[in-house]
Amino acid sequence: MECQECHQRPATVHLTQVVNGKKTEIHVCEQCAKDNGYMNYGEENFSLNDLLSGLFHSEGPSPFKGQSPQTHPKKESLKCPSCGLTYNEFARIGKFGCAVCYETFDDRLNPILRRVHSGNTRHDGKIPKREGGNLHLKKEIEEYKNNLRQLIEQEEFEEAAKCRDKIRSLENELHQDEGGEE
Amino acid sequence: MSLKQFINEAISPWMKQEGPDSDIVMSSRIRLARNFADHPFPIIAREETLSKVLAYFEENFQQTSFRDYKDFELVRMRDLQPVEKRVLVEKHLISPHLAEHSENSATLISQNEQVSIMVNEEDHVRIQLYFPGFQLDKALEQASQLDDWLEEKVDYAFDEKRGYLTACPTNVGTGMRASVMMHLPALSMTQQINRMIPAINQLGLVVRGIYGEGSEALGSIFQISNQITLGKSEEDIVEDLHSVVKQLIDQERKARETLMHRSSVRLEDRIFRSYGVLTNSRIIESKEAAKCLSDLRLGIDLGLIDHIPRTILNELVILTQPGFLQQYAETTLSPDERDVRRASLIRERLQLEHKE
Ligand SMILES: [Zn+2]
Ligand SMILES: [Zn+2]
Repeated sequence: MECQECHQRPATVHLTQVVNGKKTEIHVCEQCAKDNGYMNYGEENFSLNDLLSGLFHSEGPSPFKGQSPQTHPKKESLKCPSCGLTYNEFARIGKFGCAVCYETFDDRLNPILRRVHSGNTRHDGKIPKREGGNLHLKKEIEEYKNNLRQLIEQEEFEEAAKCRDKIRSLENELHQDEGGEE
Repeated sequence: MSLKQFINEAISPWMKQEGPDSDIVMSSRIRLARNFADHPFPIIAREETLSKVLAYFEENFQQTSFRDYKDFELVRMRDLQPVEKRVLVEKHLISPHLAEHSENSATLISQNEQVSIMVNEEDHVRIQLYFPGFQLDKALEQASQLDDWLEEKVDYAFDEKRGYLTACPTNVGTGMRASVMMHLPALSMTQQINRMIPAINQLGLVVRGIYGEGSEALGSIFQISNQITLGKSEEDIVEDLHSVVKQLIDQERKARETLMHRSSVRLEDRIFRSYGVLTNSRIIESKEAAKCLSDLRLGIDLGLIDHIPRTILNELVILTQPGFLQQYAETTLSPDERDVRRASLIRERLQLEHKE
């Protein structure tokens, strides 16, 4: 069997990559395996094309196998004002050009993100300290509110009252914060 | 340079230590992807922009320290010879991508080589932190602190809805990839791993065999990582991965016991044959070396071979890669020459254990 990367040397490294239940066989020579990082901590090798095939709707010839060229004249003009990347280019390379691309293509991102992240489209993790601004406060209020709901269900009204007071004081803090910014 | 000296310098200090469940988990890693808010991402940025990002890192982080991670050294890719870059890739300190895009890329490596912060990879910043053995929680905690430390000086691209913004939609949200490298020889030999992989995939985790095909991954080394980065907290992602890895550890231990119980002579035969190959061969391909090293390591774990330290697998898997072989030989080697060098390096390394 010949190496599927260089088509010169015999394939001596045989790998199976399984992404979300989808198996991909990789047969490469040692050299190409190294060069492509197949033997490393190489999570970068998820094939986005595999994950997303058919989800991007790009005009013109598509690099994705089995996807025929489509035309969406209306979408043609969509272009990131900050970095200049068009939606078509995004669809072709599968990568964003800058932070503003996310807003620019926002309307079309949910199906893509849902596919890649098991149905999720919204961040629910860490918030940066500085950059996050009052998001920390908002998240804290959200957590207290969840807590409050549980306390009420469990009929622990005394605790619930304390929790409600806490939410009020945090909300005050948030309003002052936002007032200060404007 | 003597082999002993070479190994000392080649193997990262953290790799020489054992961690929790070191008989099965070789290492734990957390990787965080971050970007500057106001620069285009490296894939489309001009070199001038990338050189600004690099200069900013040099100015602010060169020779700094953060807690246990002392004296960060900025290593510019363009200053390195191809073989030097290759060695860094083989040590997992940089990605092949970084090595290929060398013009304005670099990595910031802590003295103990546990932390490597790649600059201008696919994202502007990629923080990688390694721990020996099974220590995902600790790795996450410390990676997050390193992240806070960087954020004091870097304005991150972050969005309330989508989280940390990354070049690739597969990383957005937490920007986190948590991984463990596991040595699962008994689950591989008994083919049980085959049945387990699809179930693990269902949980949004990815299993990759390193060397060889799926079940019969030749070195029996598997990497398990999270695939999903959006919509779950870092802690939840790590917890999910943790519980799967814990189960794999238990299953592997059980499978080892069963093998020892049911077919101990066969198992012993396999292990000592591999030991024989490693100590005697004059030519060895990386595939065969990986298989034999895995058997040897299993023999050590089972107490069948007791004069060799367990870390030998981690060590030799790294040292027998082409970059290291060529660095040790101090010359470029053809694949055939490498097979000869690989055999002699392994023989020499195993002989060191006899002398002591
Ligand atoms: Zn090849
Ligand atoms: Zn953009």
